Amino acid sequence: MSGLMQGRGAWIRLGLAVAVLAACWWPRAAGAQPGDLTLVALTAALALSILAPGLGQAGRAVALLAMGLALSLAGGPLAFQQGGAEAGGFWAAAIAVWLGAWLLVALVAELPWRRGPWGLIAPLIFGATILWAWESVVRALDVPRVILPAPSEIAARLASSTDTLWIDLVQTFGRGALAGFAIGCGSAFLFALVVDRYPFLKRGLLPVGNFLAALPIIGTAPIFVMWFGFDWPSKAAVVVAMVFFPMLVNTVQGLAATEAMQRDLMRTYSASWGQTLLRLRLPAAMPFIFNGLKICATLALIGAIVAEFFGSPTYGMGFRISTEVGRLSLDMVWAEIAVAAALGSAFYGVWALLERQVTFWHPSQRGR
Amino acid sequence: MSRSLPVLTVTAVLIALWYLAVIPMNATWEYDQARRAGSELPFAEMVARTMAQERPVLPAPHQVVIGLYEQTVGCDAVGRRMCRETTPLTVQGFGQRVAAAFTSNRSLIYHAGVTLSATMLGFLIGTGGGILLAIGIVYNRAMDASVMPWAIASQTIPIIALAPMIIVVLNSVGISGLVPKAIIAAYLSFFPVVVGMVKGLRSPDAMQMDQMKTWSATGGQVFARLRLPMSMPYLFASLKIGIAAALVGTIVGELPIQQGGLGVRLLSGSYYGQTIQIWAALFAAAILAAALVGIVGLIERRVLARMGMKR
Repeated sequence: MSGLMQGRGAWIRLGLAVAVLAACWWPRAAGAQPGDLTLVALTAALALSILAPGLGQAGRAVALLAMGLALSLAGGPLAFQQGGAEAGGFWAAAIAVWLGAWLLVALVAELPWRRGPWGLIAPLIFGATILWAWESVVRALDVPRVILPAPSEIAARLASSTDTLWIDLVQTFGRGALAGFAIGCGSAFLFALVVDRYPFLKRGLLPVGNFLAALPIIGTAPIFVMWFGFDWPSKAAVVVAMVFFPMLVNTVQGLAATEAMQRDLMRTYSASWGQTLLRLRLPAAMPFIFNGLKICATLALIGAIVAEFFGSPTYGMGFRISTEVGRLSLDMVWAEIAVAAALGSAFYGVWALLERQVTFWHPSQRGR
Repeated sequence: MSRSLPVLTVTAVLIALWYLAVIPMNATWEYDQARRAGSELPFAEMVARTMAQERPVLPAPHQVVIGLYEQTVGCDAVGRRMCRETTPLTVQGFGQRVAAAFTSNRSLIYHAGVTLSATMLGFLIGTGGGILLAIGIVYNRAMDASVMPWAIASQTIPIIALAPMIIVVLNSVGISGLVPKAIIAAYLSFFPVVVGMVKGLRSPDAMQMDQMKTWSATGGQVFARLRLPMSMPYLFASLKIGIAAALVGTIVGELPIQQGGLGVRLLSGSYYGQTIQIWAALFAAAILAAALVGIVGLIERRVLARMGMKR
């Protein structure tokens, strides 16, 4: 019993123990109560959580792995074998699984390895727990599908309508967002080179650009839809308007990031403007440019999706979201949102990876 | 002073470019009209007409300004009776018109008020929640390891795509009006505040923490005297991002169910081809955003100056 209150997370462990006991003792009437497997697995997880902190490093890792396995064995049937109107035993077991997952995250977070892929373990456990809780609550409380579909239904929808999702993705991301991103960031970059040559323009344009970047530029969407029609050019135009100023401001700031000494050195080499730009100022500006690109990467997808709310052809992610919401088929909406989320992080990730390759010399990229 | 001249020049050039763009954008329609009427259209006349169209493709800047005036305290906005009573316009009459504009649903002031209230409510909820979560993340390693990566990742995904669903679902369970829009505004301002505040609360370096330890400060004292004050610059930087995001969220949240607000003015303007109305609503939104960000900036400057962190 002494292990129960030992070390960090003692109260969570106590709560877990109480919840497991409650789940075991609650009268099991209907078939929809926690089964033997769940109860055995929960007890095992509790025992492991008491045991684990006392073990060596390798032993602790194995114990935590076993604990994760036990919790998923306990949680799986709990989530998927329910039919609504559950009693106290179910909720006690559900709380026990939740507390167990919390303990697991806390113990994993104390493991000495935190770098690289190891750092992903704790957020993944947390994400899985959220999904599990969502699934079991929606099933147990019998939440209407028009309010919140269960993750399993969303996944099924995702798998069964890949062709529609792909058409929407190509239209919104491939045509609208990418074209707008390329045109907007490209022209902002070229314009920044011009601005940089004239200090007067720089002093005037930077405050104006900063001001414009804070405005709700998304509101230009109805205007661009009127000018360029329903198809992707109007979405690309909205994206251009959204990404232009953030990119411009960042690039201009980056081009000013060199020190007078460095520029003097280039002058003693009698380097031309182009040579100075290529050899010194652009490389020095890269952290700023990539910062701008990363901001623009997230803005591009937002702009393309929201612009479709103001009018679009009969496909596209924004169109699909607004019409399927109207038809109350929320599983399709969630599937579309899942695709948008994955796409958004992937697009951002591409630029973050490129940044690491290009600006490997910058202090922010050093390993800790 | 060194900045105002360049800024004014750039603004003037932008407005001049806008005027220039008006001519080709609206010219086609004028030439069509002239051809249909069978008359010649001299260039100067054409230019004058492009600046005064009823439904221009691109309204001229002065048309937008006049539209903004007409749709806030003009005759259409405040109603015929109020208009007749106050018509030679005195200062007092203007005050009456402004007062009437707050309740007239044809006035942009009323719609801006609808948007502003949802934005502010959501912003307060989002900021409060964000600060609380940030404190949790800083003091609890399990939360740091599990929640923080998701908070960072959520910045890269278009969470605004959730907006129509939240509005419609909440409406179907009987919650409508201010709250659904405020929820959208809240979650858009939430994540920037979490990320900025965690950075801020972690900004004291090891030496400063050691200093607190030598004074044998309690955890609460370290928080109140060191971590919280040091996080202020970060907090204000994210508040500025958060309030702009909250406004965008509210405007998008007004699209699916039309119960007033600047988003409704944008959408209804685009339904009926009322371009001046769209531009006026757009400028109203821009003024609102600039005012909100400006107020946060003002508070920031005052607070940081009082704390001796003047930049």
